[in-house]
Amino acid sequence: MSTLVLTLITGVGLGALYFLVASGLSLIYGLMHVLNFAHGAFLTLSAFLGWVVAQALGTDSWWSFLASIAVGAIVGAAFATLTELVLIRPLYERHIEQVLVTVGLSFAAVALFEGIWGTDPITVSGPSWLKQTTDVLGARIPNTYWVLMIAAALVLLALVLFLQKTRYGMVIRAGVENRSMVTALGIDVRRSFTVVFAIGGAAAGIGGVLAMHYSTFVSAHLGSTLLIFAFIVTVVGGLGSLTGAAVASVLVAVLQQFANFYLGGTGDFIVVILLAVVLLVRPSGLLGRKA
Amino acid sequence: MTAVRRFVPAMVGAALIVFMAILPLLNLSLPGILPTPTYLPGTLALLSLCMVFAALALSYNLLLGSGGMLSFGHALYFGAGAYGLGIALEHFGVPLWPGVFIALLGGMVIALATGAVAMRVSGIPFAMVTLAFAQAGSVLVRRNSEVTGGEEGLSLDTDQVPDMLVGVVNTRNLYWFALAVLVVVYLVTLWVDTSRLGHLVRATRENEQRVRVLGLQPYRAKLIVFVIAAVLASLAGVAYMLLQSGTVPRAVSADLTITILVMVVLGGVGFRWGAIVGGVLYTLLDQRLTVLAGSEAIAGLPGVLRIPLSEPLFLLGVLFILVVMFLPGGIAGTIDAWVRRRRGERARVALRGIDDAESQAETRADSDREVRV
Repeated sequence: MSTLVLTLITGVGLGALYFLVASGLSLIYGLMHVLNFAHGAFLTLSAFLGWVVAQALGTDSWWSFLASIAVGAIVGAAFATLTELVLIRPLYERHIEQVLVTVGLSFAAVALFEGIWGTDPITVSGPSWLKQTTDVLGARIPNTYWVLMIAAALVLLALVLFLQKTRYGMVIRAGVENRSMVTALGIDVRRSFTVVFAIGGAAAGIGGVLAMHYSTFVSAHLGSTLLIFAFIVTVVGGLGSLTGAAVASVLVAVLQQFANFYLGGTGDFIVVILLAVVLLVRPSGLLGRKA
Repeated sequence: MTAVRRFVPAMVGAALIVFMAILPLLNLSLPGILPTPTYLPGTLALLSLCMVFAALALSYNLLLGSGGMLSFGHALYFGAGAYGLGIALEHFGVPLWPGVFIALLGGMVIALATGAVAMRVSGIPFAMVTLAFAQAGSVLVRRNSEVTGGEEGLSLDTDQVPDMLVGVVNTRNLYWFALAVLVVVYLVTLWVDTSRLGHLVRATRENEQRVRVLGLQPYRAKLIVFVIAAVLASLAGVAYMLLQSGTVPRAVSADLTITILVMVVLGGVGFRWGAIVGGVLYTLLDQRLTVLAGSEAIAGLPGVLRIPLSEPLFLLGVLFILVVMFLPGGIAGTIDAWVRRRRGERARVALRGIDDAESQAETRADSDREVRV
C-alpha cells in the first residue's frame, strides 16, 4: 500500500515538473506554431543562475530558495524574450526555419554552458526540509515533490487567470483561433507572441530551478533531458492545449513511475509506447481537437 | 548544346569520384585543412569520416529535401547500422558481410515500425514523435550494457572482419569502402529522386490533399522513402562502425540528429551535392575547430572570448543560426540561385517550398488547434 501511494504521489510530483516545462512549449506552439527546441536551454540557464544566486545567499535558507526561483523565472523570461525578438521575429511565418534557429540556439547554448560551468554535473543543495520526507498513509514522500506540485499548481492557476481575465490573454486566445482576423482588427499579434514567449520562458525557468533540486544536480544537459519528456507530454495532451498538457503530464509521469517501480525500470519505454498508442488511436492527442 | 550540358554534371561527378579514388596514392598537402599529406592514414581517416557523414547527410536530404519530412530521429537508424553490425559480429558470430546484411535489415525493420507510427502525424508533431522514438533507442542502448556496452560503447569484433579492413595500415581500404558507400548512397538517392516514387513524394510534400484526390497513396510513398532513407543511414552507420572500430551511444543520440540537420541545412536542403558539401564541411570544421580550441592563441585570450571560442559546438551552432537567417538556401541553394539568376531562371529554395506547403496545410487545419483552458 505504502509503495503504491509513494509511486502515485512521486508520479504526480514528476508530472508537475513536466507540466512546468511543457506548458510553455504548448502555449508557444499553440499560438505561433513554433516548436521551440531552445526551451531546454532556457531551463538550463535559469537553473545555473538560480544556483549561482542560491550559492551567494546561502543554500539552506528559504529566502535564497525563493530568490533562486524568482531569478530563474526572470532569467527564463528574459532569455525567451530575447530569443523571440532576435531569432524568431525576423523569420515571421517561416515555421521550419524558426524551428531550425531554435535548434541552433540550443546547440550553441549547451556548448556555451559547458564552457562556463564545465561538463561535470554540479551537486546542489537547498533548504534542509527539502531533503526530509513527509508521511502520507505510511509512505515517506520526499518533500521536493510537494514543492513541485505547489509550483505547478500556481503556474497553472496564473496561466488560466492570465488567459481568461486579461486583455493579453484574450488576444492570445483569439490569435490562436484566427490570427489573420485578430491582425485585421488592428491588434498587434506580434507583441502577444513576445509575451507568450516570455511567459513560457518564465515557466521553464521555474521548472529549471526546481528540476535542479529534484535531481540534486545541475549540468548543461539538464534541459535537453526534460525537453524530450515535455515534447511527449505536449503531443500526448494535444498540441496547444494547456489542459491537455496538464493531464498528459500527470498521466505520463505516473505511468513512468509505476513502470520504474514495478516493471524493472522500464519507465522511459512505457512513455514512448504510450506515445505510440496515443498516436495510433488519436493522432491529435488526448485533448486536441479531431483533425 | 543542351545535350552536352545535361552530361556535364555526370562527367564532373565521375571525374571527382576517380580523383577521390586515387587520392590515397597521391602525395598532396592542404595545410590547415588536412592534418597530413593525403597518402597517410591520418588524412585518409578524416576524409573517410567526412564521406560517411556526407552519406548520412544525403540520406537525410532524401527525407527532408525530397519528402519534406523534418525528422529528429534519423540518428536512430544510423545507430541501428553501427550497433546492428557490432552486435551481429560479437553476439551472433557471423562473418562481416552477413553481419552488414543483418544490420541493414535491422535498420529497415526499426524504420518500418517507427515510421508507420510517426507518420500518423505530419509537420512539426512528426518531428517531436521521431525525436521521442530516437530517444527511446538511445535509452535502450545505454541501459542494455551487456549487449551494447552501455556508456562505454561497443567495439568492433575484429575476428570476424577480413584483415584488409582492420588496422591503421589498412586505412586506405577503409577509405575506399567509405567512398563506395557514399557513391552507393548517392546513386540510390538519385534513383529515388528521379523515379515515380520520388515524383509522388515531392508532390505529396507540396500538396498532400491533391495527391490523395488523384487516387494515389501519399502515406505509402512517404513511408517507403522514409524507410529507404533509414536503410541508407544504416549503411552509413555500418561504415562508421568499421571506420572507427567501434561506436558510442552518441551515434543514436538526439545530438547526432541535430548534427545531421545542421550538415544538410548548411549545405542546402534539397540539393544532393549540397548535402555532400555540408557533411564534409561540417566534419572538417568540427575537427579543425577542436584543434583551434586547444591552441595557444585561444588559451591566451580573456575569458569572455576564450570560453565561446574554445567550444566548437558553440561556433557551429552560431554558424548554423546565421546560415538559416541569412542564407536560407544554404551553400548549394545560394550558389544555385546565383547561377540561375545569371541565366535568368527562377531560383529554387527547397526549405521555403517545404515551409509554404506546411503553412498551406496549416491554414487548412487551422481549426484543429487552440489554446483551451
